[in-house]
Amino acid sequence: MKLGRIIGSVMCTAKDPALEGVKLLLLQPVDEGGKAYGEAVIACDTVQAGPGDLVLWEGGREAALALTNWFNTSDATVMGIVDRVDA
Amino acid sequence: MTLAKVMGTVVATIKSSDLEGYKLLVLQPVDPQGQPKGKTMVGLDTVQAGEGDTVLIIDEGNSSRMILGNSMAAVRTVVVGIVDRIDSGGGI
Repeated sequence: MKLGRIIGSVMCTAKDPALEGVKLLLLQPVDEGGKAYGEAVIACDTVQAGPGDLVLWEGGREAALALTNWFNTSDATVMGIVDRVDA
Repeated sequence: MTLAKVMGTVVATIKSSDLEGYKLLVLQPVDPQGQPKGKTMVGLDTVQAGEGDTVLIIDEGNSSRMILGNSMAAVRTVVVGIVDRIDSGGGI
């Protein structure tokens, strides 16, 4: 898993049926200090995260498994809302 | 498996049920000499590791799911050992 900051959301009416009912978030990967790195990604939401939230997310094949319907096309999924990072 | 150093912990109340009951650790991958390499990641703890420990990590989904005993867990990174010592006689 990685840390990220939610910086927005994406509205998408026409999309793959497997992603229906799934909120899409614009996510900026950050390190444990909150510093951004790399490019923002579009991630599926499973925890009702919103703009400004620091989140845990998984990329790659594991991202699909995090959704209720696991047979989907997600390559990034938000799996938790971070309360605190002690590092 | 690779080596990593535990940099700290992550606390998350709202999270996927796959993560419930596990401590979340901030991990910095390191080489055998202890030098950091690459970006930090967050992994699930299965060995009661703590900040400052050098640990063995698995950063691959299928192996991690076997360790967790949950074939559908959306988890890729798991801490599976605490390193006592690294003996390296040859060149690495």
